[in-house]
Amino acid sequence: MMRSLFSFNKDYYGGAIMILIGLAAARQGMQYEMGTLGHMGPGFYPTAVGALLAAIGLVIALTARLGSGRPTAGEAGAHPAFDRRAWSGIIGGSLAFMVLNKYGGLVPGTFALVFISALGDRENTLLQALWLAVGMVAIAVVAFWWALQLQLRLFSWG
Amino acid sequence: MIEQSLAGLMQGFGVALVPNHLMWSLFGVLVGNLVGVIPGMGTMSTISVLLPLTFGMQPVPAILMLAGVFYGSTYGGAISAILLNLPSHAPHAVACLDGYPLTKQGKGGKALGLAMFASFFATIFGILVMIFASPLLVAIAFKFGPADIFSVMLLGLLAGSTMARGSPLKGVAAVLLGLLCGVVGTDVNSGIVRFSLGTSELWEGVSLISLALGMFAVGDFLLNVNRTTYVAHSAAVSVRDMLPNWGDIKKSLSPILRGTIIGTLFGAMPGTGPTITSFIGYAFERKISKTPERFGHGAIEGVVASEAASHAKAQVDFIPTMCLGIPGDPIMALILGALMIQGITPGPQLITEHPDLFWGLIASFWVGNALLLLLNIPMIGIWVKVLRVPYRYLFPAAMFFVAIGVYSHDNNLYHIAEVLVIGAISAILVALQFPLAPILLGFVLGPMVEENFRRALTLSNGDLATFVERPISTVFVAVSALLLVVQTVSYVRGTRSKLGVSMP
Repeated sequence: MMRSLFSFNKDYYGGAIMILIGLAAARQGMQYEMGTLGHMGPGFYPTAVGALLAAIGLVIALTARLGSGRPTAGEAGAHPAFDRRAWSGIIGGSLAFMVLNKYGGLVPGTFALVFISALGDRENTLLQALWLAVGMVAIAVVAFWWALQLQLRLFSWG
Repeated sequence: MIEQSLAGLMQGFGVALVPNHLMWSLFGVLVGNLVGVIPGMGTMSTISVLLPLTFGMQPVPAILMLAGVFYGSTYGGAISAILLNLPSHAPHAVACLDGYPLTKQGKGGKALGLAMFASFFATIFGILVMIFASPLLVAIAFKFGPADIFSVMLLGLLAGSTMARGSPLKGVAAVLLGLLCGVVGTDVNSGIVRFSLGTSELWEGVSLISLALGMFAVGDFLLNVNRTTYVAHSAAVSVRDMLPNWGDIKKSLSPILRGTIIGTLFGAMPGTGPTITSFIGYAFERKISKTPERFGHGAIEGVVASEAASHAKAQVDFIPTMCLGIPGDPIMALILGALMIQGITPGPQLITEHPDLFWGLIASFWVGNALLLLLNIPMIGIWVKVLRVPYRYLFPAAMFFVAIGVYSHDNNLYHIAEVLVIGAISAILVALQFPLAPILLGFVLGPMVEENFRRALTLSNGDLATFVERPISTVFVAVSALLLVVQTVSYVRGTRSKLGVSMP
């Protein structure tokens, strides 16, 4: 579903996102003092940049048909569809690292981060992910906790 | 002027050869080379991942190390490009064209050896240009007023965003997005916190580390995991293969020289980027060749000319970065950002205020490149083994370095969430075919753009005509406008696609 939406026309969506971001920035910018050209307040520049971004976004969306037929080499590697497993692994692993470092310590945090993100790759087996995680925990303890004196406890409870 | 430069250079060697500095240089070169060899790790992600290491360091060793990482990773990238046909760093895509066919013919080692020789030669040449051009540029730069600086930055931003492949409009949108990211945080003029989204963590703005790691590490992993299949290879390269014979050197000498000159000329143009430069070096060589049909099937001239062009360009790029504080490409923006984290603002005053840093950096380029050449020949066997590390083991380990890196920025776990959000957004933007590099360029230059824009208008009492009344500024505004028109017209007409076909 996601895929068909995105391959429909990237420029419409891309332009729309830029319009939204630009307008949001301009609106937020107007909350600050605008001032005059000679005595600019903090709101002037972000409002101007936001408005410009929205304008460019509009042009991108309007000219969508021009660019759509021509995917260029640089982007060819980037598949439009999102890989759910990779995203869950990487984001889940990082969130686990954040939570476990607070309620558990560096060792469980590192283990969870590497183990979970390794499982984001379909070709990694449980055993491979386990060994990779154990190896990285060893590096974390020796290099970062012991040698570089990182400000994180190995184990902590709250 | 030249005498002054030579005296400065002598002082620089004094700085670069201090054992402590030499050690960091060597460390940077080694790690950069190692990470650069690994398929899927580009120069940007390598520098981003290693950036947090510099926080606890003095400015001079920190910048020497980062510069080492930079050229170490470009050497490393050439290895995976030529032996595996995998360009982890975009400019090396051109080296793949003829480098990989040479590997298939069993001449991979020779191609690698000559490519390294070409890079070394081009770098040395670039350094020479840098030594003598920098003081000249600095002398001019002191005459720049805020309006002029703004216009130069405008040109840099436009060039950086529109000369990349793809839609120039999307490049401009990406730059504006970067400028907006740069607004986040406390406004220096009024003390008002802007765009903090109600969190105190954003009062100091988005950090360069979070942005760089989010875009070039996490965002990359989100897009590439389960997508990238690396073919196992069996390229065995011995030390002896690497050493080219006299005939090979003689044959590649003039392509190297031509590539170097093309790279140097393009280096002076802000925003052209090493990818375009290396491609032009290659195309030029093919054009003047008597046997153009060999190109793409293992023509050594193509490999050495493109490598020489991109290395000369990379070196010359340091000139505007250090002398004007205006980076020519995103990698330079990253190095500039690292300098600013150290409390050093690059610009015309850098040479006089921090001569140890400026000349030390230049001298360390020489030392570092000599180290690289010496290291790469005996260590090629190790690098070839590193090439076999599969991506699926690499990215979880890299995620750990990312997490630890952003955490150590100010011992706050919150930044990891920031990196995740930035990574997710940039993955979406890439899927929508927006280039990421201009975002970084806009982010680093953003605060300076705003400050000079405001100052210029304060000086002119709000008269916008100030940007087209001062001669220096007028030239840059005119070139910017011209660039915008030419890029848009040529994109719409599709002349770019002609270039795009032969570009990998």
